Amino acid sequence: MKKIHVTTTVNDDNVEFLCDPRETLLDVLRDRLNLTGAKEGCGTGDCGACSVTVDGRLVCSCLVLGAEAEGKKIATVEGIAKGEELHPLQHKFIEYAALQCGICTPGILVAAKSLLEKNPDPTETEVRYWLAGNLCRCTGYDKIIRAVMDTAADMREAS
Amino acid sequence: MALDDQKPSGFKFVGTSPDRPDGLDKVTGRARFGADAYAPGMLHGAVVRSPHAHARIIRIDTSKAEALEGVKAVVTRADFVDGLQGEFGFVLENVMAGEKALYDGHAVAAVAASSQLIARDAVKLVEVEYEVLPHVTDVDAAMAENAPVLNDSYADASVPAGHHPNVVRYHDSGHGDIDAGFAEADLVIEDSFKTEATHQGYIEPHACLASLGGDGKGELWCTTQGHWIAQKTCAALVGIDTSQLRVTASEIGGGFGGKTTVFIEPVALALSRKANRPVKIVMTRSEVFRATGPTSSTSMDIKIGMKKDGTITAAQGIFRLQGGAFPGAPMEFSAMCAFAPYALANVHQVGYDVISNRPKQAAYRAPGAPMASFAVESVIDELCSQLDLDPIDVRLKNASREGTKASYGPKFERIGLVETLEAAKAHPHYSAPLEPGQGRGISCGFWFNHGGETSVSLALSEDGTCQISVGTPDIGGSRASMALMAAEELGIPYENIRVTIADTATLGYNDVSHGSRVTYASGLATIKAAKDAVGKLCKRAAAKWGIPEDAVYWEDGCAKPSGANAGNFDPMPLAKITKSMGRTGGPISGHFEATPEGAGVSFGTHIVDAEVDPETGKTAVVRYTVIQDAGKAIHPSYVEGQFQGGAAQGIGWALNEEYIYGEDGRLQNSIFLDYRVPVASDLPMIDTVIVEVPNPGHPYGVRGVGETGIVPPLAAIANAVSAAAGVRLRHLPMSPPRILRALKDKG
Repeated sequence: MKKIHVTTTVNDDNVEFLCDPRETLLDVLRDRLNLTGAKEGCGTGDCGACSVTVDGRLVCSCLVLGAEAEGKKIATVEGIAKGEELHPLQHKFIEYAALQCGICTPGILVAAKSLLEKNPDPTETEVRYWLAGNLCRCTGYDKIIRAVMDTAADMREAS
Repeated sequence: MALDDQKPSGFKFVGTSPDRPDGLDKVTGRARFGADAYAPGMLHGAVVRSPHAHARIIRIDTSKAEALEGVKAVVTRADFVDGLQGEFGFVLENVMAGEKALYDGHAVAAVAASSQLIARDAVKLVEVEYEVLPHVTDVDAAMAENAPVLNDSYADASVPAGHHPNVVRYHDSGHGDIDAGFAEADLVIEDSFKTEATHQGYIEPHACLASLGGDGKGELWCTTQGHWIAQKTCAALVGIDTSQLRVTASEIGGGFGGKTTVFIEPVALALSRKANRPVKIVMTRSEVFRATGPTSSTSMDIKIGMKKDGTITAAQGIFRLQGGAFPGAPMEFSAMCAFAPYALANVHQVGYDVISNRPKQAAYRAPGAPMASFAVESVIDELCSQLDLDPIDVRLKNASREGTKASYGPKFERIGLVETLEAAKAHPHYSAPLEPGQGRGISCGFWFNHGGETSVSLALSEDGTCQISVGTPDIGGSRASMALMAAEELGIPYENIRVTIADTATLGYNDVSHGSRVTYASGLATIKAAKDAVGKLCKRAAAKWGIPEDAVYWEDGCAKPSGANAGNFDPMPLAKITKSMGRTGGPISGHFEATPEGAGVSFGTHIVDAEVDPETGKTAVVRYTVIQDAGKAIHPSYVEGQFQGGAAQGIGWALNEEYIYGEDGRLQNSIFLDYRVPVASDLPMIDTVIVEVPNPGHPYGVRGVGETGIVPPLAAIANAVSAAAGVRLRHLPMSPPRILRALKDKG
């Protein structure tokens, strides 16, 4: 099948690639752009391990075609830290032991960052429902929810 | 190991919760999991799977697939070793079907192509002709007289005469006089229970990258709980020497027992050998559900007798587990764990391992125990309720203690069940008022824990830092625990230690990360390896000071003369000794290899409040408390994490998760949308209490904590739901339709 030429932006870098029309954005990020931070846990948009943002909107990259990235701004887990400086969520996840195996962590960080940008003061219920699309099988979510809530509190204090 | 060898208190590092060493990699996306490996010239593999639950394979025509541009190899059973016996034989039959496909999703062929898309197209071009056979997926139906026979040669000598050939193993154990015990009881309750199969549900699908040449030398990268077992098994299945296959374990995205065997790894190796190129295979989620390790589904009969004062006089259980198309359902663990929390004069347990047209079951966190505990603890709850006794008091009255003859035979050493029950009784949760429509349940749970073959190697660097190679994949933060234990022994900062999961070429054999064994066994080996290095450090200091070796001891990271008679020398820090080690005798390392036997059994008690909506049958878990004996918590945050994770998985098992097969024997819910694991909005915070009753078999008293946490939730939730709904629920999961039916039947 004839490949499609796509020009896009990933984590503020200008990027070009050729992809099969059937390839997902997740396939492109991982297999063509070497950005393996987003994970494929299901391929059906149910687990959230492949979460990225497209023009600021939180999506499952397994449900977006690579070709749809044309002209968009994509942000992945690899872009959350600025150089050496970790995002407060990243610090807090380590501090709170909010990960065990860590496979869901990239997707959860992307999703949680997206939440805090929209709602800097979420309730526990709001955090739980926002992250309901991100499966974690190890932690029971307890430490994840606490890490997100506490990061939000710290960021409110700092701003 | 004697208790006086133990270091029960006065820890400097152990018991703190520092940042995990792999934390940065895990939060930045840098950590490399199974599917994150790529190789020059790499091909992509995909597997052809049976759509039938039971079918004879008449013919496989691979010609059209091979003719597709980009396809480089196709393999079938003919590309693997012939005539394997025992467990390797079963694994091969599961990895690639021979004469028959035995379940929906059973692999029958595989292809390798230049892209994943081409590989998946090629799968559709492999033509398989099947003769469809009658199938059976239910455990009771599979034991019935006229059930289809899967294989008439699988039953072993343990099975008494007269059983269907699908009954492949049998277990019978216990002690005392059951009939006399029941005669002493004031109340005897006998009841039947069923649980449906669940999946471990790790978020990372199986993935591997394999390279094998015609010279019989191979490399394998895979997500696994144990790369030595993968090495041994793969080598046997593709017919090469074990040591010629080097296996590297990737970061592992969850396993819970499901990654203790191989599925795609031997297939990728066979494809690689045929194509003479590296081959990567990554399972889809649907393949994970259809073809990898669910638990057994069960059918159980329990009979327990109790006196009015709460004394259990006799207990009997029959546990029938279907384990898919091959022997191995953990029915003996069900039988042995069922009554372990209780000191019983009269106990009898029977287990049946039954094969059916489902995927080969794999271990899942305390395999076999949660289901048995659900049935037993439900009957105890019913007895307490009918005799108007407090469920914790009854459990305390009958609790196993040090010296109790366990229901499964041996005498318990020091154990912490009573301590967890007392902590439960004292916990504010137990006395908190309930809202209308809510019910409270409690349950105890038991798991053996395991030692297993273990090797650890530790090397000191010239700058006084330390590197440790362990062979147990880190599934929940264990590298942090190893570093803490080594820091304790060496007396150097936690941050100065780097722990690596070594590949199979750089360390001796290690059993799988299972049986809650890692912090216990690799931890013990790490401590012993550090002690080995400390001995050498003391020797160098003694030589420098010109005094006997036994006049030097190690404290706070320094060699010190043991008293005034030894001489007056300033303490010699580790870094000072290592700085000159090249000139004083060479590198300083420590090693330990053993199969430690003192794993130390573990008990827990859970308290749960549930609210049942009578209109929809939906259950909400509103409060949850886990109390468990950890022996000694090395890294308390990750111990809590194990408790919470076990409880969350138990909540899913109790309320929601189940394998649903259609009349055609096909799995109907093979994606996460339909097989729904708990999500964040389903759960409350999960409170934890870490009880520490030291394990006499570990230098610091560690007991494994990974598995016990999934044993009590099924029963605790069933007891809470039954209290809330006013009707006993005997079939898991207690999904809304089952609860509605029970409410309707109650009237």
